[in-house]
Amino acid sequence: MNMRETFLEAAAEALDADPNVAVVLADISAAQLAFAARKHPDRVLNVGIREQLMMSTAGGLALAGMRPIVHTFSSFLVERAFEQVKLDLGHQDVGAVLVSSGASYDMSTAGRTHQAPGDVALIDTLPGWTVHVPGHPEEARRLLLESMPGDGRVYLRLSAQENAKAHLGAGLQTLREGRRGVVVAVGPMLDRTLEATADLDVTVLYTSTIRPFDAAGLRAAVDDTGATDVVLIEPYLAGTSAHAVTDALSETPHRLLSLGVRRDAEVRIYGEMADHDLAHGLDAGSITLSVKEFLR
Amino acid sequence: MTTDTKTGYEDLPRLISLMTGDEKHQAAAESTVDVLWVLYDRVLDITPENVRDPGRDRFLLSKGHGPMAYYAVLAKKGFLHEEELADWTSAESRLGHHPDRARLPGAEISSGSLGHGLPLAIGTVFGLRAKGFRDAKVVTLLGDAELDEGSNQEAIAVAGRIGMPQLTAVVIDNSSATHGWPGGIARRFEVEGWTTRTVDGRDHDALHEAFTTPHPDRPLAVVATVERKA
Repeated sequence: MNMRETFLEAAAEALDADPNVAVVLADISAAQLAFAARKHPDRVLNVGIREQLMMSTAGGLALAGMRPIVHTFSSFLVERAFEQVKLDLGHQDVGAVLVSSGASYDMSTAGRTHQAPGDVALIDTLPGWTVHVPGHPEEARRLLLESMPGDGRVYLRLSAQENAKAHLGAGLQTLREGRRGVVVAVGPMLDRTLEATADLDVTVLYTSTIRPFDAAGLRAAVDDTGATDVVLIEPYLAGTSAHAVTDALSETPHRLLSLGVRRDAEVRIYGEMADHDLAHGLDAGSITLSVKEFLR
Repeated sequence: MTTDTKTGYEDLPRLISLMTGDEKHQAAAESTVDVLWVLYDRVLDITPENVRDPGRDRFLLSKGHGPMAYYAVLAKKGFLHEEELADWTSAESRLGHHPDRARLPGAEISSGSLGHGLPLAIGTVFGLRAKGFRDAKVVTLLGDAELDEGSNQEAIAVAGRIGMPQLTAVVIDNSSATHGWPGGIARRFEVEGWTTRTVDGRDHDALHEAFTTPHPDRPLAVVATVERKA
């Protein structure tokens, strides 16, 4: 199962397990959750193609003491109803678990309308959000279920791109140790990062949780290597976490290379996801070149 | 106006006059005072004592602009002390030009940006239903110009189709919408399956009757007509 299918199965389990859980949809994935909707008609709510209402409904559910999961494609979930995310969850001081699928360009042939590389940067303008970027379906499942207790505001970003293995764990995990630099791979960027840096003497860190940012973990890795060069490889807008790296290393002279979806141009191609990876320099070969050039 | 509401209601102009500095929204504040009073005095079971009861009635002030009448009614009903009104909007005050639920007990939502109260009310009704509180009333107050916001059209359509007899939207109509609503505001709700009542927004008995006459299986829209905005 891919991440989206795994999430839908886990959401149905959460509905069965906890009478406070509700799922709010705007037609996307409604068919896949039809069985759960028949079992829990008061708690699987499809408002039609109305993303503003979907988000506000989640806010109202939370105000009434429920734990809402809100799900649609990333562009419609975060961008179309952004003021509802800001006001009807954050400013009301209530929580929800927002789950997107589509990532930056999973729908590679759909064009810009279905692509949202700016989603994490947008959420990052709001205080108090936890942001999960799983790199494997099993991570997605675990992160969803761990997000259900409590009343925090959580963004879970699913993708069709995934790594071969799940790396379950909190914060930055060390997958390889080296001395010339520290490379941080986020979610689906891991396998290609390991491939790209196989011949480089660098430490590779992995995380599926990018907010809050594991500042202590990064400082420890930089201290351990003695290197001052840091590379951040994110599957959304390049540099989205640059400020978090800068804050983490405010006492440490360092250089930072931020890789991710390019900001300088709107890439107007269709094709496969791999074509988009190439266009943004996020394939393994391009990552190798970028990191080598940066490390000097 | 009825005599049984005199004691508190007649004190509201004095309380409102304690708040100054928002003349831009003065008319907006006073357009709502009669509706707010009737709701809090005669319709809704909302008190400082039951403010944390999960099955309580809810009042969601969607039109958060010009909240002087709202604060005055909350003060009169014991949610805050009237001494707080005089220094509203100061750095020390809990009372701003738009209400903040995190700071003011009794305020169910933080509002100011238009088009959020009715959609939040729909989510609240869904949540109350799921928790088994099917009798708790959820009332939200909007302005006629606020219906310009597309988010309200999304909400009106879904609430009508779902049913939601717990839900009441009261629209203060002071004819301030830039492009107007041909056929009247009630028509926008009727076509989506709501029960509607259009009444004089200054007539307490008419408002009371509009709010309390049963409307089985359907949400209720009360259009409260007041003087045209100057």
